Amino acid sequence: MQEVLFLIPALPLLGFLILSLAGRHLSKQVIAVIGAGVVCIAAIITIWLGINFLQTPPENNAYTVTLWKWMSVANFNCSFSLRVDALSLVFLFVVTFVGALIHVYSAGFMKHDRDYARFFASMNLFVCSMLILVMADNLVLLYLGWEGVGLCSYLLIGFWYETTANVQAANKAFYITRIGDTAMAIGLFLLFRELGTLDIPAIQQSAPEHFIKGSSLITAIALLLLAGGTGKSAQVPLQTWLPDAMAGPSPVSALIHAATMVTAGVYLVARMHTVFQLSPLAMNITAVVGAVTLLIAGCSAMVQTDIKRILAYSTISQVGYMFLALGVGAWSAGIFHFFTHAFFKALLFLAAGAVIESLHHEHGIFKMGGLKNKLPVVFYTFLAGAAALAALPLVTAGFFSKDQILWYAWSAEGGNPLLWIVALAGAFITAFYTTRLMLVVFWGDMKTEISEPPGSLMTLPLIVLAVLSIIAGFIEWPHNLVHVTLFSDVVQKVLPSVTEKEGVPSEAIFQLIAVVVTLSGIFTGYVLYKKNTSFIAIWKQKPVLVWVRDFFFSGWQFDLLYQTLFVRPFVFVTSLNKRDVIDKAYTGIASIFQWLNGRISVSQNGSVRTYVVSLLIGIIFILALQFFL
Amino acid sequence: MESYSVLVVAAILFVLGLVGVLTRRNIIFILISIEIMLNAAGVAFVAAGARWGQVDGQVMFLFILAMAAAEVSVGLALVMQVYHQHKTLDVSKLNVLKDDIEPH
Amino acid sequence: MNYLFYISSVVAIAATVMVITRSQPVHALLYLVVSFLGVAMIFLSLGAPFVAVLEIILYAGAIIVLFIFVVMMLNLGREEAMQEKQWMQPKTWIGPCILTAILLVELLVLMTLGGSAPMPQQSVDLKKIPLSLYGEYIIAVELTGFLLMAGIVGAAHIGKHKRKYIHRFLQEKEEAVP
Repeated sequence: MQEVLFLIPALPLLGFLILSLAGRHLSKQVIAVIGAGVVCIAAIITIWLGINFLQTPPENNAYTVTLWKWMSVANFNCSFSLRVDALSLVFLFVVTFVGALIHVYSAGFMKHDRDYARFFASMNLFVCSMLILVMADNLVLLYLGWEGVGLCSYLLIGFWYETTANVQAANKAFYITRIGDTAMAIGLFLLFRELGTLDIPAIQQSAPEHFIKGSSLITAIALLLLAGGTGKSAQVPLQTWLPDAMAGPSPVSALIHAATMVTAGVYLVARMHTVFQLSPLAMNITAVVGAVTLLIAGCSAMVQTDIKRILAYSTISQVGYMFLALGVGAWSAGIFHFFTHAFFKALLFLAAGAVIESLHHEHGIFKMGGLKNKLPVVFYTFLAGAAALAALPLVTAGFFSKDQILWYAWSAEGGNPLLWIVALAGAFITAFYTTRLMLVVFWGDMKTEISEPPGSLMTLPLIVLAVLSIIAGFIEWPHNLVHVTLFSDVVQKVLPSVTEKEGVPSEAIFQLIAVVVTLSGIFTGYVLYKKNTSFIAIWKQKPVLVWVRDFFFSGWQFDLLYQTLFVRPFVFVTSLNKRDVIDKAYTGIASIFQWLNGRISVSQNGSVRTYVVSLLIGIIFILALQFFL
Repeated sequence: MESYSVLVVAAILFVLGLVGVLTRRNIIFILISIEIMLNAAGVAFVAAGARWGQVDGQVMFLFILAMAAAEVSVGLALVMQVYHQHKTLDVSKLNVLKDDIEPH
Repeated sequence: MNYLFYISSVVAIAATVMVITRSQPVHALLYLVVSFLGVAMIFLSLGAPFVAVLEIILYAGAIIVLFIFVVMMLNLGREEAMQEKQWMQPKTWIGPCILTAILLVELLVLMTLGGSAPMPQQSVDLKKIPLSLYGEYIIAVELTGFLLMAGIVGAAHIGKHKRKYIHRFLQEKEEAVP
């Protein structure tokens, strides 16, 4: 079993190599077969691996294989070794399976594009990097995958590079995630300095013995790792890049910015749970970051008009839920939410892509409408995904995972009533904006005509993901309803189980409150956007409400904040150095030598007699030395 | 006769040739002066060989002679070309290889 | 033998002084022949008859003849001679004379510094010269062959004058000037 482990990242890498080197000479069918095929094969291998894992668990509950020794300097050893345990398996399954579906979808979506091979090459490289990230046995290899996904995100956001705005969005994404990456690197350095190793099993064993619980050192390390996670997962304060990253094609948004890369932070925190558990302060901060993010992003999603930006803010908000869960100690709940979220968010992005394509690249929702009857497949699948996002009770996967998080936000050891209230408000807002999105896009009068309905390559993945959005939640029911805990049984081999507080009231009350809040969110959306749209018109007259709306629209003015705090001073400082004083030091040396050359070359006047005279003087001088030596 | 007397004569001849190279502006005269210098060097070699009673000094002189002959033939061919192209035998007019750098 | 040496060296030096101060090239060449003859006598007085004859044959015989041929081909006339006279003002002699005087003083001091040994009077055995040429100095003889070959080929090529062959660097100047 260990022998096939390397194939999972190697196949997409092979696809990348073939397509990047020879892609120009291949026909579009061959490119699609190679590009989507390698990920499909990787998915099949993963499923087979998973079945084996569940039937006959290997020793230590993990498959490990060391491919080769990577670096060995002084006392720092790290090798290229892959390790698959339950946590990696969940991520592997999501990345390869959802990835395969998205690749099949993009074979149809991008078929008119000129740079077909480049697209699939970048996507394959992304899948390979993400797989290395989740399968890494040591933090250095994880960092390699981390950087790889950052690179591919940059390449894919700026895929249509001829438009400057896309390139600027890609640059912005790269800069902001870089800040997080640097913080994470410093965290890794500190960890190595303290523990002498960066192997994940070794860290998990030696960290509790080496660090004092709650000491400032371990808090610092945990916070630095968290900073890396917030960069990649677009949490406050590094969340401003994700809405702009929607400049990339929709499959890219689905794969990278919904299902996989933005969850790399969640993976990191879950993987390093031993480190985080040693610092209650860091856990609290994680939960607070998650809660604040989900509120900010939810409010911003309420007023957006671009369909993909709504979904982007929604992603930020849902990843906030995952961080909230991890921060209060509900590890498996956070991963479960990741699992279900991957399906319905990828579905929503792909369906949004289908809608945009059919309406001649129209992104604004107020220019859409009435698509319910014209694009039936897209409508029903979008409905399934939106229901899961809004956490419609009992019938969708999103309900089961979000319900768990809400419960643990109150009842877990690190939980807090305030966090529960914020999460509940988030649930209301989520339901509201999801309903708004559905009503505006699919009901009402048609404002833009359809060009062509999507083909089967695009609709098949939508259907598969819609089915999963509904049934994937059934593997983990709340404890008081039905005792089915398939998911947490698997994951709790790796992650610690949640410790509940003493004396909490029964879960049923909280579940009821959550259901009521969700349904009222849906009802509010229905009232404001379908039944009686005059409320909105009245509100548009009041300047206070308009100011609030604009504040939410700009993402709580974070861009303006960063512009004033960082960009303007930097530009000011560089403008002081417009004539590049530092470079003058180097050009100064060159000009000194040029001057010297000018002076010395006077002696080369082309006259032979001058040369002979200088020879003579030299000889006299040398002979004179004879007297003194 | 002392052994250094011949060397003194050689030195005087050499220096006279050197004066000729430095002073004259006509290429032909410069070449003639170079021949004088070579000849003086040869005298020094033969004197050294005779002082020790060995034949090597004379052999050296033979090689110097051969070299001088080759050098003169090539040099005079060059002089012909120079005259043909520049129509002058004045050395101070032949400064095309001057380093022309504009002052900074 | 000493007298032969001193007289011939005086003759050689005087002739050399005349060579460098003449304005007509042919006069200078004639004085140069006298100088070479004087040097040949010096060699004879040192007991080296072989090189004495070699000097006359090659130097006075071949090299001077080459010079005379070139002077003839260049056909330098009266104007050039006048120009030579004009260039040889006393003021052009001062600088070189001072520098070379310094050099001469240095050389003389260095030469007389290391004690004095009397010069042996007998001549070197003539047979030893070709024996050493074909013995120890065989490589040098071969190289001298190369050198002379190069000299011939070089001189033949460089001296060719078919049509006006201007080197390409000079061609640009020619076009730039008008």
